[in-house]
Amino acid sequence: MKLVAVTSCPTGIAHTYMAAEALEIAGRDAGHEIHVETQGAAGANPVDPAYLATADAVIFAADVDVRDRERFAHLPTVTATVKKAISDAPALVAAAVEKAKQAPAGAPAGPVAALSTKVESNAPLGTRIRQWLMTGVSYMIPFVAAGGILIALGFMFGGDEVVTKLYGGTYHGVKYDDVAGSLPLAINGGIDKLIAQAGYAGLLFAIGKVAFFMLVPILAGFIAFAIADRPGLVPGVVGGLLASAIGAGFLGGLVAGGVAGAIAYYLARLRVPKGMRGIMPVVVIPLVSTILIGFVMLIVVGKPIASAQTHLTTWLNGLSGSNAILLGVILGLMMAFDMGGPVNKVAYTFGVAALATGDTKIMAAVMAAGMTPPLGLALATVVRKHLFTDAEHENGRAAWLLGASFITEGAIPFAAGDPLRVIPSLMAGSAVTGALSMAFGASLRAPHGGIWVIALVGKPILYVLAVLVGTVVTTVCVVALKSLRRTERSTAPAHAKQPVAA
Amino acid sequence: MTDLITTDLVLLDLQASDKDDATRQLVERLAATGRATDAEGFLADVRKREEQMPTGLPGGIGIPHGRSAFITEPSLAFARSSAGVDYGAEDGPATLIFLIAAPEGGGDDHLKILAALARKLMRAEFKDSLRNAATEQDIVNIVNREVVAA
Repeated sequence: MKLVAVTSCPTGIAHTYMAAEALEIAGRDAGHEIHVETQGAAGANPVDPAYLATADAVIFAADVDVRDRERFAHLPTVTATVKKAISDAPALVAAAVEKAKQAPAGAPAGPVAALSTKVESNAPLGTRIRQWLMTGVSYMIPFVAAGGILIALGFMFGGDEVVTKLYGGTYHGVKYDDVAGSLPLAINGGIDKLIAQAGYAGLLFAIGKVAFFMLVPILAGFIAFAIADRPGLVPGVVGGLLASAIGAGFLGGLVAGGVAGAIAYYLARLRVPKGMRGIMPVVVIPLVSTILIGFVMLIVVGKPIASAQTHLTTWLNGLSGSNAILLGVILGLMMAFDMGGPVNKVAYTFGVAALATGDTKIMAAVMAAGMTPPLGLALATVVRKHLFTDAEHENGRAAWLLGASFITEGAIPFAAGDPLRVIPSLMAGSAVTGALSMAFGASLRAPHGGIWVIALVGKPILYVLAVLVGTVVTTVCVVALKSLRRTERSTAPAHAKQPVAA
Repeated sequence: MTDLITTDLVLLDLQASDKDDATRQLVERLAATGRATDAEGFLADVRKREEQMPTGLPGGIGIPHGRSAFITEPSLAFARSSAGVDYGAEDGPATLIFLIAAPEGGGDDHLKILAALARKLMRAEFKDSLRNAATEQDIVNIVNREVVAA
């Protein structure tokens, strides 16, 4: 096992070095590799970032603040006094080894260490897939939080009309120009006109939309990066942007990241004549991998998605007028399936179209079903802390606001990291909420806004109840499915080693 | 650079009433050899460090120390006490006492020698040889031989 330690004490001339010596001896005696950084008076000896990226755990034996602590944020941590390290270093080494076994290290912190991932090349395929996904998710989460909260603030201060004021249309009989253009942002009439029409609330909303636009590219880019290292980044990001362009949502992003990573992985390992080797990393691999991922996303993935959406829309239209509760269930399932992806878009568009014809109940069900995914997961991170990673806990805190604001994307980091368990749970909760909203006969006269447009909701108390019930259903399902994995994992035999097959 | 320790800084049979008395006797040696410009001033610095957390360590070791403007060069004053002096270690009094003194603005090279000394204190062989040394010169020889800046 690879360990790192930091020792420091108030004076920095005695205990720091005694503790370092004790830890080095104890680590070596126990058969581990250990690098100790002494933050004492005799200058600094920072741990080599390359070693740090592959380390399994860190021991802080410090009586004063550890400098640049964020470098170690990805590692399981053992904290002790410097005296403890001097008197019983073997116990600290044992504790660090134990922690590393319980909770494997995550991806190292971005800003200080170089971009990197924690993917074990010899782990079973299932484990590696999860590590690839979690790498993408960990880099995506700040974009979800920043974009989601900005959009929520836009609704909070701008009301639901902020969308029309930005992207054009008619609101309460007043016609507005499109001043923000197509995504991510196209300032059609100048920034002054944008602010005059949509206000600073509109500006916040538009900035949030730009951050949100990067969700899928960042997710796909860093999944590919985890698979293929640096060569994966270009096809991953471009593939993610194309996934957004064809409306494939985050599931499209997962596909883009996986395929781009596989392409780059194999290209980087091609045997080529000596003369070509120099231009492989700067020209050939980026160029070829980008062409390939572009072809895959636009033609292999894009075309079927577009035709599937057409069919789904036709099918949904055929259902209108039939059993309202069944329609609520179906819309709920669709809203939660891909959170902003093609299926979700069909359901949402169906709700907006119904609104235009004067049917406000469908829109109510659609919005309620879109609120429960982030809310249910936020609740799950609170009631069953140990089932979620640190990154997911952070996302869980933002997910409350995002869910309440009908920003379903707040659930994406959870779903992208563990799709097979999370997505069915979200669909179950949203289906219940959609059915209840229809059964209660709740209505809604705005196509977005969440809790901020509660004044436009008919039967608001029952409506909130529908959302709460679905939230709890999602929480229960996700906790049950994730707990199941725990026990399953401990008994299942290790998978045979397989080459990457994405 | 002068040696970390000289025979004038070694007390083979320390008689002290408590740790303050023991530390004071070692500090006076530093002052007598000119390594501390002000005995009272340095003693105050060492006391301040000792108050933060006692410096006694398991295995009969006490390491009062200070980084102080009153110190002219990195120095070690050493005392052996058969009765032992309580430096606050959980397992009993210290029979080997190391007063480590560092100058306030010392450069890295000066401080590295003290870092190397501190690391040596974790080595049982080093402590045993100090316990068994017969003369002041033996102690000085052991320290000079074992403690070299990395």
